[in-house]
Amino acid sequence: MEELIQHLAPLLKEVVGYIYPNEIELHWGLLVVVYPYVTGLVAGAFILASLVKVFNVTELQPTYRMSLLTALAFLLVAPLPLLAHLGHPEKSFEIFFTPNTRSAMAMFGFVYAWYLMAVLLLEIWFCYRKDLIQWAKQETGLRKFIHRTMSLFSSDVSERALRFDRKAVKAVTLIGIPSAFLLHGYVGFIFGSIKANPWWSSVLMPIVFLFSAIVSGIALVLLIYMIATPLRGKEMDMACLNKLASYLFYVMIIDFSLEILDFVHRVYESEESIEILAALVTGKLFISLIVVQLLLGMLVPLGAIAMAKLLQMPNDLKKMIYFVAALLVQVGIFSTRWNVVVGGQLFSKSFSGLTVYKTTFLGLEGLLVSMGLLVMPFLILYVLFALLPPWEESKASLEGS
Amino acid sequence: MNRAIPSVTDKSQQRRSFLKTLALSFAALIIPGIVVARDKLDNIKDWVVGDGYRPADHRWGMGLDISKCIGCGRCVDACKKENNVPLEPFFFRTWVERYRILSKGETLIDSPGGAIDSFRADAPEDTVLRSFFVPKLCNQCEHAPCVQVCPVGATFSTPDGVVLVDAEHCVGCRYCIQACPYGARFLHPETRTAEKCTFCYHRVTKGLAPACVEACPTQARVFGEVEKKASPLVRFLRMNKIAVLKPFLNTKPQVYYTGFDMEVR
Repeated sequence: MEELIQHLAPLLKEVVGYIYPNEIELHWGLLVVVYPYVTGLVAGAFILASLVKVFNVTELQPTYRMSLLTALAFLLVAPLPLLAHLGHPEKSFEIFFTPNTRSAMAMFGFVYAWYLMAVLLLEIWFCYRKDLIQWAKQETGLRKFIHRTMSLFSSDVSERALRFDRKAVKAVTLIGIPSAFLLHGYVGFIFGSIKANPWWSSVLMPIVFLFSAIVSGIALVLLIYMIATPLRGKEMDMACLNKLASYLFYVMIIDFSLEILDFVHRVYESEESIEILAALVTGKLFISLIVVQLLLGMLVPLGAIAMAKLLQMPNDLKKMIYFVAALLVQVGIFSTRWNVVVGGQLFSKSFSGLTVYKTTFLGLEGLLVSMGLLVMPFLILYVLFALLPPWEESKASLEGS
Repeated sequence: MNRAIPSVTDKSQQRRSFLKTLALSFAALIIPGIVVARDKLDNIKDWVVGDGYRPADHRWGMGLDISKCIGCGRCVDACKKENNVPLEPFFFRTWVERYRILSKGETLIDSPGGAIDSFRADAPEDTVLRSFFVPKLCNQCEHAPCVQVCPVGATFSTPDGVVLVDAEHCVGCRYCIQACPYGARFLHPETRTAEKCTFCYHRVTKGLAPACVEACPTQARVFGEVEKKASPLVRFLRMNKIAVLKPFLNTKPQVYYTGFDMEVR
């Protein structure tokens, strides 16, 4: 308690205008920024994977399994920031066992469980089943055991079984797309349904969340592909990169349009809250919203990808542009989450003042924990890549054997 | 001869009829008891709460008369003491705001320390046109957004119209704090659960008024039944022009104001 008081006391001096006295403590901090960022990556990576299966985008085949594993790695981490942020994490099971069915947040447990069990794990299992069996046959010791266990001790690799696998993957993908929409759309709804907060309360919120999620997911898989491929000493598939960049570009255009629509709508309706929101955007959020989210995270990458598409240039230069653009997009989307979550709490609900948010380095809500949570999915991904190599050649070599 | 010695069958018949009578007599004693107990069990929630206090028979609300409030902050102090609210100036179940409307149209709003030590008479540079105090507290909304969003149902509305938090079930997610349009909630720094004004439910169920109402020297706070005719609140609602905070949010507050300006939110 002492720590909190010491943290809050100096903030009082930085309040501009009038805020309700209970508002000096900003309740959803960095951890709640990390949460929608991470779930967004899950939904985005999965939707990218679905493009291959549902719409038969063959150029993206090299990233299919990679996207699935990325989605899984991030999904496993997704509930951790929420759990760490609860006042009583030991009671969190109540959200599953005695949920208030009228609460958007209470649905989290079910949406999450559905997405993990019924979608991701199922699709990955059907997708890898044949390979798991084949790998286990050639291996010894622990790896053999792990792969045997992962295949749930199935051994049927007859043409009929494989045909069923393929059908199942397709079916799960078809269920998976709306599920991914649900997963992240619902995160947007948690914010968008708070009528007390004009910065959040918008019917567009779930859709904006969804498209920014797809943007971040595609950019992430692009980055992982561009880092993992040279590390394995392989050549990048330029057609695949170009396709990824194109999809990234298209989805960013949609995302950008939605954000502009939201902006124009707010300014045009010009409701009671417009003055305080204008003060927020031009003041405390100027760097993170105008400079980082809009300029660096949206316009610069859009321009860069457009140039790479329109102009004749060597492949290496193109790769560099894609890489930098995808990196900027990540920073931009993280900033987007920050601007929604923290930005929505920087102004008073009395619409008469602005408050401040200061992160600490240590402590559960601190920078260190959040950075750890952002690194963790990559460690999980490393293990997943080792256990379930998503590379084309590890699949191809087996088919030959 | 035969009569002199009662037969075995007679004896057992006698015993049977004796037992029958006995059972009937006991039943006459017990059955009304069971019936009454069942009746009580149906209303168990009602009689557990207080001595004969039946929540369903009441509906509580509060009226605040802006013209009477002198901004002394006694209510804030009384509330903190009554309800063990941390004394630090970041946690309030009730607080008082001061509005000063200047001649150039600007409005100064403040509530230093929630006004627990009243206000300092610092004169602004511009002439003050109007000035008034607004006590704030949980609006005990009929359509409470906090109740709607609580993922575990720890925040709930009682039959007598008060919104309470069950600290045993609150997981501390703070969604309710985000959903409250009035800034009336906070996370208790020690229990790490959500907190808010309860209308001093522990007092009200004993027939007492909330601590802030008791402490108010000017009777700016009127507490009572919303519907019963004899209630001081009903009189307050009849005799004054009534407004609620943020009516467009359709939260249906049961805290009513009279005499505030449009600057108040």
